[in-house]
Amino acid sequence: MPGNKLAARAVTVSIETLFYLIAIAVSLLAGALVMAAAGVSPWEAYQLIWKGAAGSSGALKETLVKATPLLFAGLSYTFAYRCGLFNIGAEGQIYIGALMGTMSALLLPSMPIYIHLPLALFCGLLGGALWGGIAGALKVGRGASEIINTIMLNYVAIFLISYMVTGPMKEAGGSLPQSASLPDSAVLPQLLGSRLHYGFFLAILTAIIIYWVLERTTWGYQIRSAGYNKRAAEVMGMPVKRNMLLVMMVSGSLAGLGGYVEIAGVQHRLMQNFSPGFGYDGIAVALLGNTHPIGNVLSALLFGGMRSGANAMQRVTGASTSLVYVIQAIMIIVMVCNRYWLGGTKKRLREWLIRKLDKTTGTIEAGAAGSLEI
Amino acid sequence: METRNLVKRFGSFVANDRLNLQIGKGEIHAILGENGAGKSTLMNMLSGLLTPDEGEIIYKGRPVRFGSPREAMESGIGMVHQHFMLIPALTVAENVILGMKQGSGPWYRHTKACEDIKRISHSFGLDVDPEKRVSELSVGQQQRVEIVKTLYRGAEFIIMDEPTAVLTPPEVEDLFRVLRSLKAQGKTIVFISHKLKEVEAICDRVTVLRAGQLAASSAMTDSNAAELARVMVGRDIAPPAARPPLEGRAELLSVSGLSCRLSGVQVLQDLSLDLREGEILGIAGVDGNGQRELCEALMGLSAGQVSGSIRVRGEPVAKPHPRAMTEAGVGYIPEDRHREGLMLPMSIGENLIAKEYRKPTFSRWFTLSRKRIRQAAKAAVEDYRIKTPSIDHAVSKLSGGNQQKVILARELMLRPKVLLAMQPTRGMDVGAADDVHQRLLAERKDGCGILLVSTELEEVFALADRIAVMYKGRIVHTVDRAEADMELIGLRMAGL
Amino acid sequence: MEAEMWVSYAAAAIRLSVPLMIAGLAILFMSRSGILNIGMEGMMLIGSLSGVLGAYYTGNVWGGVLTAMAVCGVVGLMFGFLVITTGADQVIIGTAMNLLGLGLTTVFGRSLLGMGTEAVQVDSIPVIRIPLLADIPWIGPALFEQNTLTYMALLLVPAVSLLLYRTQWGLQVRAVGENPLATDTLGVKVHRIRYMCCIIGGMLAGVAGSALSLGILNQFTENMVAGRGFIALSAVIFGRWTPTGTMMASLLFGGADALQLRFQNIAIPYQFMLMFPYVLTMAALAWFSGKAKQPAATGLSYKSAADRHA
Repeated sequence: MPGNKLAARAVTVSIETLFYLIAIAVSLLAGALVMAAAGVSPWEAYQLIWKGAAGSSGALKETLVKATPLLFAGLSYTFAYRCGLFNIGAEGQIYIGALMGTMSALLLPSMPIYIHLPLALFCGLLGGALWGGIAGALKVGRGASEIINTIMLNYVAIFLISYMVTGPMKEAGGSLPQSASLPDSAVLPQLLGSRLHYGFFLAILTAIIIYWVLERTTWGYQIRSAGYNKRAAEVMGMPVKRNMLLVMMVSGSLAGLGGYVEIAGVQHRLMQNFSPGFGYDGIAVALLGNTHPIGNVLSALLFGGMRSGANAMQRVTGASTSLVYVIQAIMIIVMVCNRYWLGGTKKRLREWLIRKLDKTTGTIEAGAAGSLEI
Repeated sequence: METRNLVKRFGSFVANDRLNLQIGKGEIHAILGENGAGKSTLMNMLSGLLTPDEGEIIYKGRPVRFGSPREAMESGIGMVHQHFMLIPALTVAENVILGMKQGSGPWYRHTKACEDIKRISHSFGLDVDPEKRVSELSVGQQQRVEIVKTLYRGAEFIIMDEPTAVLTPPEVEDLFRVLRSLKAQGKTIVFISHKLKEVEAICDRVTVLRAGQLAASSAMTDSNAAELARVMVGRDIAPPAARPPLEGRAELLSVSGLSCRLSGVQVLQDLSLDLREGEILGIAGVDGNGQRELCEALMGLSAGQVSGSIRVRGEPVAKPHPRAMTEAGVGYIPEDRHREGLMLPMSIGENLIAKEYRKPTFSRWFTLSRKRIRQAAKAAVEDYRIKTPSIDHAVSKLSGGNQQKVILARELMLRPKVLLAMQPTRGMDVGAADDVHQRLLAERKDGCGILLVSTELEEVFALADRIAVMYKGRIVHTVDRAEADMELIGLRMAGL
Repeated sequence: MEAEMWVSYAAAAIRLSVPLMIAGLAILFMSRSGILNIGMEGMMLIGSLSGVLGAYYTGNVWGGVLTAMAVCGVVGLMFGFLVITTGADQVIIGTAMNLLGLGLTTVFGRSLLGMGTEAVQVDSIPVIRIPLLADIPWIGPALFEQNTLTYMALLLVPAVSLLLYRTQWGLQVRAVGENPLATDTLGVKVHRIRYMCCIIGGMLAGVAGSALSLGILNQFTENMVAGRGFIALSAVIFGRWTPTGTMMASLLFGGADALQLRFQNIAIPYQFMLMFPYVLTMAALAWFSGKAKQPAATGLSYKSAADRHA
């Protein structure tokens, strides 16, 4: 009876949602404890964060600006993760993307924005693909761990950018370690009278495209298959190794694109340490978003909001914005516990609920409870 | 050692049913039985890995109950597993000492360990170098390390699970020499095997298990191999259904001179076979005699070096690859459905299309058609009577039999000309297994050639037109079903 | 003049390699039992801050080191719980650990110690000049006029070697990292061994962090570990998962760090010197392939046979 299955499904969904909300609440509570310990009133701090994140249209726009690089980084992690690969290197890919994009913005002869901007964005994308591709090629060709290599590449990229902006790309006559500012033709336009730039919409569009590629295309199907069971995908005749390389490149290119978007939308010039760890935050975004592209959008907005809110909080209370890191870390840990550890609890709760419902309505069949036959 | 009315159940399945056996001190006692006869369960209970549900184990005149392998070990019962429990990166000495108290103090005394090991190995004629890393040793040497490990722990009673399965003939001879020397020094050995010749050569007493029950137990001198084979198989096979003759049918699959070396071991040796339209060729044989490697070599999945020629419908296949074989019309039901056959977290539909997702039926312009995938899933669920809460459920939620039906549905959806079916009904209940059998017979009727690999003789006899027996990477016997003699096949499977 | 410069360079190289060495040994312990810890960065930060706090409140620099050990031991225990008991992915937990370390230390560093010029300064770990040995020309001043922690770190390397290769417990650790199942069948408690390694790793991370804050800078600054946690990981990989190899790699990487600090005007831009450990590690990883020395069970969670049947 479909109605019963629907009820059983509703139970599952509501339990999952409940645990999700509990996870977020526990994280915020833990954050509050840290604030209290650091001598900040949590109630006041959260109020300030909320105001700074969503209190006004300006605050909301700032949230969207902050969410943009996080979303790109989250998508980058998500895409690799769905193929069973760990790309911890979004940070480095962001930097290389920013570098390549900036170089094409500064070095190419002047041209109209509708050619120059896409070209620069594409170069950013290419830079990320290159950086991700190195780790991918080493994985496929030499069996070297992509986890370690992407971490190593992060630092190589950061130092490379540091060299570039203090050396060859340093602004002529300037004293700060930064490049010259981008020409207008390579800058992402902003919405009138705000810092919100079109990069945000590009990020949303990218999320939708990634969703489409993963869930609807044959290639995405291959990727997911290999992610779930690499050996089975090989037995089915799918080109698993080639896909691993391609996935690392695409994953890198998403971060790289995000890197140039941040430059072209916010900074307008390449500088040292422009990313306060977007790449690592992306991992938190992806995990909270259940490594689903659309889930990533929601969690990027949440973290973006926390970031812009934390800025407001810092201005008033003096407590560091780094509180956001703490909340993010706790969120990852709580989500992981939720996924790996509370499975049994959830199952029992679900069975208990179904039994309860069964008594009251007498319609839900036991089979629909999805009991596992071993 | 004695067991009294030993019972072990797994769910509703009775693996060991009231077993009574006596093993005398200082004898080499063989436990014979087909796959699934309950040998492993029995041994796991004796060595403390499992605890019996009923009955008792009496060791040295006292009833014992082991909570863990360590407790069994402390009483002097050691086990040499079929798959060695060794750590390749460590030295022999380290592997032997691991987990043991070595005198007082926290130190690991390498020199002392080496001396002890040398002493033990000399007294039993086991030649091992304690300084070497296990990864540098041959399989035969690794087995010796396992034996030394049990002896170092003071084992008086050693259980060996299929010890010859992985050895070459000279290594087997060597093992026998060691076993005799162990026996001479008063150790008791339980030797699990299905190779009759070896049992005959080395054992004093033999116990035959069949379907979890004790079928026979006698001194080796009172029985002969042929009799044992009959007791082991222990049933009459239904006469074959009348089959149309196969003369003049087209050849679908032809393999000649197929050899394969996998990490230094010759797993397939100059193997040839052919399969005609509308024929089921049953490959009988005990597990681990190259059946898996044969299928993997045919599908291009082998990790070893393969040589030989493969022709599908007359066309030579230069370099087999799973995709190329699929396109040539070869379907494949792998042995391990969880590891190789299914993407467990995916839905039935997504598993069904795993080989055909690129065809216009399921995708256009690289885009999957969800509607058609669901339609296919729905059709398969109805057609194959797959029991599932809904067609969108992950296949991990299905029972083993229903998972196998998903694989079968996927392969038959390809309309294959040739089907490689490995253990297609392993672990399935009678009803579901019968469903699978009917499907295979229907395909045969439609002209599909099926290579059926099964370790269950009954299944081979029920389905096959011809039967080939595999032993140590070769086909040692081929016979038409009509003329097949169960006893002879049993003997061939045991390498006689 | 020339000689003096080299001696002071060698002394600096050794000083800078000490945190790497200790952190490397921490990672080595966990790695040998099959646990990949990419969260060393965060753990070291927590160690740096708690070291300074401990030294500030107890008024004794060794009180600081002990505080750091205790705090990071608890952090290691928590890490262990997450990756061993819940079986969560080690990469993810490591990342969370880094974020947690950065966030907590920044927040508490500011609220408890102040920042900028007002930041709390503490005593540093005393430098001990070893008589006679320090008089050896060249080597003496480089090697034997170091702070106490440096000597301890250099002694720790043979100690860890001894522990891992010459004790029964060390044998069990190595076996657990290679093949937990086989080790389990021999009656070794896999989870207990892994927990112990996590706690030891945590405590050493605390020492490593305080070696940075108490041994080199005398204060805590935000994100002061600055990638050294990952360099320590590189040192373990480059040192092929052995204590001596880790020490040699740490000295090499410490030497590169000292080189870029001392000779900013040499031909190679300093950023390339900073890249050196990472590039070398990648090259080493690619080179090792096929004959990798990494413990075989690294990164895999293990459920004991009894748990699995339940």
